[in-house]
Amino acid sequence: MTTMTVAPRFPLYRKEAKYEFLRLLRARTFTLATIGFPVMFYLLFGVVNSRGHEVLSASKYLMATYAIFGLVGCSLFGISVTLSNERNLGWLEVKQASPMPAPAYLVAKLLTAFAFATIIFGLLLTLGLTLGHVTITGTEIRNLALTILGGVLPFASMGLMLAMVVPPQAAPGILNLIYLPMSFCSGLWMPVSVLPRWLQTAAPIWPTYHLSQIALGGIGFEMRGTVAGHIAALAGFTVLMLGLAIVLFRRNATAS
Amino acid sequence: MVAVEEKSAVSTPAAVEVAYLRRATKNYGAHRALDEVSLSLRAGEVVALLGPNGAGKTTAIKLLLGLLGPDAGEARVFGGNPRDAATRTRIGAMLQVARVPETLKVKEYLDLFRSYYPTPLPVEHIVRVAGLAGIEDRLFSQLSGGQKQRLLFALAICGDPDLVFLDEPTLGMDIESRHGLWQQVRDLAARGKTVLLTTHYLEEADSLANRIVVINKGTVIAEGTPAQIKSRVSGRTIKCVTSLDEDLLRRLPGVTSIEVKHGTTVVRSAEVEDVVRQMLALDTGLHSLEISSPALEDAFLALTKGE
Repeated sequence: MTTMTVAPRFPLYRKEAKYEFLRLLRARTFTLATIGFPVMFYLLFGVVNSRGHEVLSASKYLMATYAIFGLVGCSLFGISVTLSNERNLGWLEVKQASPMPAPAYLVAKLLTAFAFATIIFGLLLTLGLTLGHVTITGTEIRNLALTILGGVLPFASMGLMLAMVVPPQAAPGILNLIYLPMSFCSGLWMPVSVLPRWLQTAAPIWPTYHLSQIALGGIGFEMRGTVAGHIAALAGFTVLMLGLAIVLFRRNATAS
Repeated sequence: MVAVEEKSAVSTPAAVEVAYLRRATKNYGAHRALDEVSLSLRAGEVVALLGPNGAGKTTAIKLLLGLLGPDAGEARVFGGNPRDAATRTRIGAMLQVARVPETLKVKEYLDLFRSYYPTPLPVEHIVRVAGLAGIEDRLFSQLSGGQKQRLLFALAICGDPDLVFLDEPTLGMDIESRHGLWQQVRDLAARGKTVLLTTHYLEEADSLANRIVVINKGTVIAEGTPAQIKSRVSGRTIKCVTSLDEDLLRRLPGVTSIEVKHGTTVVRSAEVEDVVRQMLALDTGLHSLEISSPALEDAFLALTKGE
């Protein structure tokens, strides 16, 4: 007999995260969409457009912005679609009825988003350095990696908030309706400067705009605004999303 | 499946209450799902919650699991709040799930859920008991309906909990799987575990439960052993060939109805032993005697009909 009343925490968190990652990795529709799309877009628009060894090439710019496009995708879809399904179709209740601590469930989803963001960044970096003739320093790679990892937080929070409102069947459609226009309008597919003027003016309303400006500033491109300003905007956005998620979660809990 | 016989007769006093609902009320908006329901579970007993769809069975289980909070009244498990982590490690639950993440394997689910508990059962034991041998490497999406149910049962028992909730456990199972699961429920009880199950199959409640709680429209309408519940209908039936006439039979104790068909007399009575004793004394030529209990189904229908 043992006097332990709860399971050891570390193996529990590790397994929760491992299996969350594994099950998404095996879900082909998820991996094809979240990893496949940024890589394909980068090959089509980044690699094909690379001309020689310019320091500030389009392939370098797009390597950063498609990495952000990728991290937003895996954070939003990896959290929203899975959570919305599990909440509405009974699986979350099975876990809640078990002794699984609630933070383990959320931490697993967050770590999974980090893992997918890292995979996407690794692939784009490899393609950029080889096929895209990207010139990038070690410091710039570090800056970009930090930006991408930090960028998972606001979009994971957004995914959490959306999971509370979108019904499971409609989740992928609704998310794409937010994800794709937001990516375009904030300059992830082409520089903000080539967008129509009204879209340029409106760009700061998009969280992806602030993240991409930090990323671009970190690898030598001219940045609009200041790093502190962008971080403040993203932090505010994260707090707003988490706050809404909590309010909506409570509202749902009392309604059901 | 293999019975766990060596562990029977665990010395738990039958009177120890492990969980209860006390005057628990739960509303969903304007709809009252449970209305002041009291329910007590004692160590080592198998209790069946019976009732038609929408009667409040699942709501009662969710209150005991702490998945829902009662609007009034109280739900307690092992003397504590069912939401406490330490309490949850002593509980296992098999709930009705519309969809489970499909890209994990059976053995991975077991590995994951075992990690939630401080002293889980060995994997081989769980696999054997839940009938999962040979399918450990299959993804959830590759399982049949019955296999999925068996995996969910395995997840409920993998932590070796003292109290197990089974919400419609044999739904979608074939007869063989169902009887296998029944045996597992009996083994759990034999090891001193407490089981609360809800079911549509009256036969299941009859063959498994020490006690049946019949619930309808959010209130408990009957409670007792399967035999007591059955006796709530009009007792048992005597069938025989006799020369005794109807007027005489009608005066015998507890007789509620008499029917004569093709020379066979059918008598219903709440006190069937007394009636038979007197009939045999009055008619020495009485023959072809049969005594039968009403099916639990009849009792159930009688109880849930009407009010």
